[in-house]
Amino acid sequence: MTRAGSSGLPRLPGALAALLVAGLCLGTLVPLLLRAGEGTLGGADWASLRFTLEQAALSAGVSVVLAIPVARALARRRFPGRGALVTLLGAPFLLPVIVAVMGLLALFGRGGLLNDALGALGWPRVSVYGLHGVVLAHVFLNLPLATRLLLQGWLDIPAERFRLAATLNAPVWAVLERPMLRAVLPGAFAVIFALCLTSFSVALILGGGPAATTMELAIYQAIRFEADFAGAAQLALLQYALCGAAAALAFALSRGPVLGAGLGRAVERWDAGGLGARLGDAAWIGAAALFLLVPLTLAVLRGLGGLDDLPGEVWDAMGRSLGVALGATALTLLLALALALKGGALAQAAGALPLAASALVLGTGLLLLLRPFVGPSAAALPVTALADALLALPFALRAVTPALAEVEARHGRLAESLGITGLARLRIVVLPLLRPVLGFSAGLAAALSMGNLGVIALFAGQGQGTLPLLMAQLMGAYRMDAAAGVGLVILGLALGLFWGFDRGGRLDAASR
Amino acid sequence: MLRLDRLELELGSFRLSADLEVARGASVAVMGPSGGGKSTLLAAIAGFLAPQAGRVLWDGRDLGPLPPGQRPVGVLFQDNNLFPHLSALQNVALGIRPSLRPRAEERARAEAALARVGLGAFGDRRPAQLSGGQQGRAALARLLVQDRPLVLMDEPFAALGPALKAEMLQLTREVLTGRGATLLMVTHDPEDARAIAESVIVVAEGRAAPPVPTGRLLADPPPALRAYLG
Repeated sequence: MTRAGSSGLPRLPGALAALLVAGLCLGTLVPLLLRAGEGTLGGADWASLRFTLEQAALSAGVSVVLAIPVARALARRRFPGRGALVTLLGAPFLLPVIVAVMGLLALFGRGGLLNDALGALGWPRVSVYGLHGVVLAHVFLNLPLATRLLLQGWLDIPAERFRLAATLNAPVWAVLERPMLRAVLPGAFAVIFALCLTSFSVALILGGGPAATTMELAIYQAIRFEADFAGAAQLALLQYALCGAAAALAFALSRGPVLGAGLGRAVERWDAGGLGARLGDAAWIGAAALFLLVPLTLAVLRGLGGLDDLPGEVWDAMGRSLGVALGATALTLLLALALALKGGALAQAAGALPLAASALVLGTGLLLLLRPFVGPSAAALPVTALADALLALPFALRAVTPALAEVEARHGRLAESLGITGLARLRIVVLPLLRPVLGFSAGLAAALSMGNLGVIALFAGQGQGTLPLLMAQLMGAYRMDAAAGVGLVILGLALGLFWGFDRGGRLDAASR
Repeated sequence: MLRLDRLELELGSFRLSADLEVARGASVAVMGPSGGGKSTLLAAIAGFLAPQAGRVLWDGRDLGPLPPGQRPVGVLFQDNNLFPHLSALQNVALGIRPSLRPRAEERARAEAALARVGLGAFGDRRPAQLSGGQQGRAALARLLVQDRPLVLMDEPFAALGPALKAEMLQLTREVLTGRGATLLMVTHDPEDARAIAESVIVVAEGRAAPPVPTGRLLADPPPALRAYLG
């Protein structure tokens, strides 16, 4: 039995944090179960279940299949801007979904570039609404993640194997790449499938109607339009089970951290030197870059144009959004730090629980819990911050846990031998050395919360919206220019918060 | 006096036993093959590893119940002896009290210790701004202010070149053992043992042997040590 590390750090807050997280994620089941008995699921509900599964499977499938040639091209080519492109592939995680949808509408929407071009040629226009629109948006949001996951798979193949294959003149695809993909693809598919199950904003704007309603959207409509709490509870239970199963599957199938660094190098290759392969790779990389950059650029350009049309409510909404984002950030950091300090399988499990929860399920449970005591509009902002904090927690914990382990491994014994224990250990050693990773986690939580539209849509009363809700309402009223302006404000704030926190954490920091 | 009383250590499947005494004020080298248990022995004395059986006694007092920070033991590790985010002065002052804001007299003591090891002008620097030798000096300065009667060193200067290492050993002699501290130092190098230790504890084959005078041991090493020294 070693003594080091077992006594030096405060652990009680972690137990409380684990209880709180588990209480929120599992405790919301109770009101759902209590209310769900009162209703029955109708045909429309089963249709939304079917649609949810269908769109998630299609989105994940298309993302992963398209990611194969893109990741392979990135893995074996070196070119100027490759690093920037790989970094850009990490950006959609921070990109507010609703802003991404705005960008896609500017390209593929009714008045978008594509339809303008088709119209000029005299060809029929295409609609971006419905199943294919939802899938398109999900592929836009998840192709980068899929590419990063597969690129990691390619870079995990030791360079010596490629050398060996080259000397033996063995087919690289059959010997190295296909086995790697067989190992990596299921996990990538499962992760993206799980992410697409909880899609709300995309379905709210591009879906809708009996043919294209996701579970999340159905829950929202049951509460906001029909005040059918029993029905919402049933849907939420079903969604809960679905997401739990999908998250467990993704967890079992996926390997390695999603946010992993170290994608910087390209592997030396001796196959694929031919002109055809080179042109093919260039085409894939170029197409992927355009697919990601054009909608983003359009969203920004349209937003710049829309800044003049910003409605008066935007300032109040900005204040509320900032308050929610900063509150969620503080809570995420506290929970992540407490759970990481506690350590152990239970704390890690508690930290992963929110992966199985969706914003709308959490929101519905909390709404049912709170309704007897306070009006939904009074609780809107705190509950939104709480839910945002929970949803960011798994990612923060994933960043903080290994960093804390490293600090303890390097400096734990020295601290112990100097009698630096308990809160003093936290203040003198742990917090200063964790500052970079805490800054990164804070930036992540703030950006995610700033762009998140979910719980707030369930709770907010008149004049209570955050920026994403205001933007969705403007889009619903076809005030696209104003919506684009708000979108640009959201994007600027989300990226600005991330940059500020991340940079603040690294400023003048000593390496661990 | 340090006494290891029928000490039995276990780390995974690795086992080590020790039953020996080290006189107060002695300088002892700990030698033996890699993986033989030298660091494990020091970890048990420092309080990082609880023994399966037996006791660690200092002047007759059982150290078992004491956490590492409360033992009469100062430690110098192989590396990471300074916190990278703190200045040399803050690092040294932590040897007096776990606080980042030393009181005036604590600060004066830390400054005096830094001056004693030749780092008087470097108190404001962070470890990354110090050379390897200077980092070793700062760590020695902290041992100095800690003023613990027993000092454990686990190959503390292994990363330094030969000349610098000799200098650090000399400084260790002057500032620590010269003041009556008892020293146990793990080393791979017979020259280190000759330079600083009057006796050697050989750790090999699951046992830490009682100290033997350095000259006699190195002139006629036991088989396990002979195989290791080559």
